[in-house]
Amino acid sequence: MINEIWQVAYLVAAVTIVLSIKWLSSPASARNGVRAGQIGMLFAIIGTLLRHEVVSFEWIAAGLVIGSGIGVPLAYLMPMTSVPQLTALSHAFGAFAAALVGTAEYYHRAPTGFPMVALVVETLLGYLTATASVMAFGKLQEIIPTRPLTYKGQNFVNVSLLAAAIGLAVWEVQGGAPWWAFPAFSGLSLLFGVLLILPIGGGDMPTVIALLNSYAGMAAAAMGFALNNRLLIIAGALNASSGFILSVIMCKAMNRSFTNVLFGAFGQVQESGPAKTSDKPFRSASPEDAASILLNARKVVIVPGYGMAVAQAQHKIRELTDMLTKRGVDVQFAIHPVAGRMPGHMNVLLAEADIPYDRLHEMEDINPEFIETDVALVIGANDVVNPAARHDTASPIYGMPILDVDKAQTVMVIKRSMNPGFAGIDNELYYDDRTLMLFGDAKQFVADIVKELPTAA
Amino acid sequence: MSTEIELSIYVFVLAVFLGLELVKHVSPLLHTPLMSLTNAISAISVVGAILITGAGEASLLSKILGVVAVTFATINIVSGFLITDRMLKMFRKEKPQSTK
Repeated sequence: MINEIWQVAYLVAAVTIVLSIKWLSSPASARNGVRAGQIGMLFAIIGTLLRHEVVSFEWIAAGLVIGSGIGVPLAYLMPMTSVPQLTALSHAFGAFAAALVGTAEYYHRAPTGFPMVALVVETLLGYLTATASVMAFGKLQEIIPTRPLTYKGQNFVNVSLLAAAIGLAVWEVQGGAPWWAFPAFSGLSLLFGVLLILPIGGGDMPTVIALLNSYAGMAAAAMGFALNNRLLIIAGALNASSGFILSVIMCKAMNRSFTNVLFGAFGQVQESGPAKTSDKPFRSASPEDAASILLNARKVVIVPGYGMAVAQAQHKIRELTDMLTKRGVDVQFAIHPVAGRMPGHMNVLLAEADIPYDRLHEMEDINPEFIETDVALVIGANDVVNPAARHDTASPIYGMPILDVDKAQTVMVIKRSMNPGFAGIDNELYYDDRTLMLFGDAKQFVADIVKELPTAA
Repeated sequence: MSTEIELSIYVFVLAVFLGLELVKHVSPLLHTPLMSLTNAISAISVVGAILITGAGEASLLSKILGVVAVTFATINIVSGFLITDRMLKMFRKEKPQSTK
């Protein structure tokens, strides 16, 4: 079977890509994983250039050079806090590339039968993932409003649009479709991607980005079927399953189903449940109070949320952590799976601020520890610490696993105001007798606490 | 169904299972790097883009679509790998003495 150099190169590429994902499983070997992935990609490209179907190189070289010229500054100039946006944008490019290859193949070879089925799947997924990723980028960058945009009959419009696109695709596969069918099919796929993201709110972005990742992988695998190329099938399938698993994890962490995320249920919640702020009394505290409480604690658990990312508070939090640690306070971090805008978002931000990763704990690991925690410091998180998720069956977030901060001796919440969070749900935690509200910008407030701590140990 | 297609389907199914097994073991700590790494890997479609761009008998339309696809896929590959590495560089363990 293997009698050409490119086949050997493809085999090496497939193996190194598998190894790259395997090595990414632990922080110690993760960077080797990236290297393995790069080597795999290099072998895939060189192997392809060696195939004798490839006879002209000028255009390819131009594409590779221009692509690198854009990709390198994109990766280095984007600030670390923009990782979710960058990933979405990067997805858009990759998915668009897959769709363009499908389109080019269609006009070049006009395949029939099974390869044509694969080709339309590839093109559909490629185009819809491309525009959906651009929309996700727009929402993350806040060019487009992050709140869910809903209108009456939205699901009906979306489903009929998708049905029309699939109808045209079936027509193409059967043969005899007019010239306009393929452009119309491509246009509908592009449009569907845009409409798919409209009803999705900022808080659902972790699931959606993971799902788009999965689609991009499926598009690559479909291309593999269309071109009868097993390297594409393997890499695409790995990618598709990885994105799928992540989105399942995200859905579980929110106690929601896929359809629920995709068809914008939270948008309806906002309309039905009037976002009421109750007049119950609550206690607030100043930076001085907060500093002295923290100094007298033995164990502090910090719970970061999207608010920390918005305020860019991670570096100040690092300072606070260092100063408290020097004074013998045990400071740990509790990370909810859906905190932030993409899976693992908080971990990256805290790592950027040079907080060692062995202080970052998953929900299941840290929850039993809250009972022996003196202070739980919530910074910019809301729904993921709302006890209503545990007992209030009427709450839209009922059943969602949460961080048990209310079990700590004292809870301090840094928040801009008493306004409810993204889901428009009031948080009973704020009215608890053991809760102190610290009003202000997360970064500013943490800086003020740091100032109040005595400088000499 | 031809054996070629049948074989490809087997490869696909096995690769999906392999992917599920591999990703299950990735710590949530590394979910963002995982996403951006697989994001780079999904740009393996550069292979298809090169094949169509470099084909001798390709029409001008196919060549233009192909070269745009090569460019876009390369952007995806380069930025995906570089950002993953940039992120992973920041992750460190608490070892007061041994670092630097």
